Amino acid sequence: MFTTFIDLFNFEGFWDYFPDLMRGAAISLQLTFCVMLIALPLGLLLALAKIGRSRILRIAASFYIEVVRGTPCLLQLFYIYFVLPAFGIRFDPFMAGVIGLSINYSAYLAEVYRAGIVAIPHGQVEAAKALGMSRRKMLRLIILPQAIRVVVPPLGNYCISLFKDTSLVSIVTVRELIFTGQIISSTNFQYFTVFTIIGAIYLFFSYPAALLVRYLEKRMAIGARRPVVVASDIAPVATVEGTAKS
Amino acid sequence: MIRLESINKSFGAHHVLKDVSLTVDKAEVVCVIGPSGSGKSTMLRCINNMEDIGSGTISIDGQPVYRYERDGKLIVDSEKQIEAIRAKVGMVFQSFNLFPHLTVTENITVAPIHVLGRSRGEATDIALGLLEKVGLAMKAQAYPHELSGGQQQRVAIARALAMRPKAILFDEVTSALDPELVGEVLRVMRALADEGMTMVVVTHEMGFARDVSDRVVFMADGKIVESGKPHELFSAPQQERTRDFLRSVLERNREMGAAASR
Repeated sequence: MFTTFIDLFNFEGFWDYFPDLMRGAAISLQLTFCVMLIALPLGLLLALAKIGRSRILRIAASFYIEVVRGTPCLLQLFYIYFVLPAFGIRFDPFMAGVIGLSINYSAYLAEVYRAGIVAIPHGQVEAAKALGMSRRKMLRLIILPQAIRVVVPPLGNYCISLFKDTSLVSIVTVRELIFTGQIISSTNFQYFTVFTIIGAIYLFFSYPAALLVRYLEKRMAIGARRPVVVASDIAPVATVEGTAKS
Repeated sequence: MIRLESINKSFGAHHVLKDVSLTVDKAEVVCVIGPSGSGKSTMLRCINNMEDIGSGTISIDGQPVYRYERDGKLIVDSEKQIEAIRAKVGMVFQSFNLFPHLTVTENITVAPIHVLGRSRGEATDIALGLLEKVGLAMKAQAYPHELSGGQQQRVAIARALAMRPKAILFDEVTSALDPELVGEVLRVMRALADEGMTMVVVTHEMGFARDVSDRVVFMADGKIVESGKPHELFSAPQQERTRDFLRSVLERNREMGAAASR
């Protein structure tokens, strides 16, 4: 017997579990939103600590970033949800998910910010210093506004990747999309139908978001071309900072 | 106004400034010439503490600054004190270093507003006046990438002037420019010199050094070899090293002239 793709679907009871799926999607979106709300500023603070002048903060930030990036996100979630209660620290599943993902993403975002900041030509720092700006003013008025242009597209991509990674918190019983799918399919056994619909839901949100990021990338690239144009103006005689000392 | 006393400075094992002493009076224009790697730029950058010095004393306005000994005790200026000095001593760079995310006017007003605490309106008025002076009033709303190199450098000079500095340091400001754009920047600098601005100019423009400066300093191998009135130094250099340098520069200029007339 020849079965078509459509024949594989079994929509029996669809309207019974569809609201559950929508609730799951809402949880996934909420997680994404909450985690970004924490990880975006936390990542920036970590990046500033890592490039800052305080040795202690530098070491602390590096340690945090390396430990978080060097261990699986799943392990971090397990730790928060299953290990910490042994020390009397208890979170409900959603909170545990938010904390775990925030810790994870802040470390990755810190590296994105840092890369954006160090990409600013050293001449900008020199010019700001020569005008009598303090480090803080230089950062706020000169460095960060330029770094933002560089980091917006990668930050957007991390946002999308986070939306998909919220599926990880199903492991600590957060009723997001995947966990909801597991519950539904374990009772009606329509694995193909349920998980295909879930896949479509993920795609429904992440694909337009990816288009948006691509659009931002193009817009930012026009802005980012500015310093490059400057550089090509001076290319014939100028040399890289530090090699032209006389 | 600016006084360097026996400045020594090393980058690792490389001894770049050897016992350099120099005094620049108020309203004086001092040009520093010399071969690449002679320490000219490094000396200039020590004046506003863009580089630390190894030993020696720098004084600005009669005050020892940055790190110095008083009554046998080492005194190190705080960040704030250093920032205050930088706000009074302007600097213009070889690579312009305009802020690409700000308009021309904002480039000029950002430091007066946020460092000197001027109001936006006042700072903007000053900026527009300075743009007029450097001949770029029509570019007030442009972004740096829309300007030629010469225009960018003139904005950079206006940016330094907006701080109402007591002196300005020029670090090979025409070296990165296409030859046909050098003149417009030198004209602005000449006008500043005529107005009595105190200027220390590291340059390869011998014509400018000869015509505009009150004193020319020749540096080689981290030392000040010779200094004097421009006509003295250029027409009757006392040191062999100076003669060699001037001869090689003259030859290069002659070749360029010959190439141009061909």
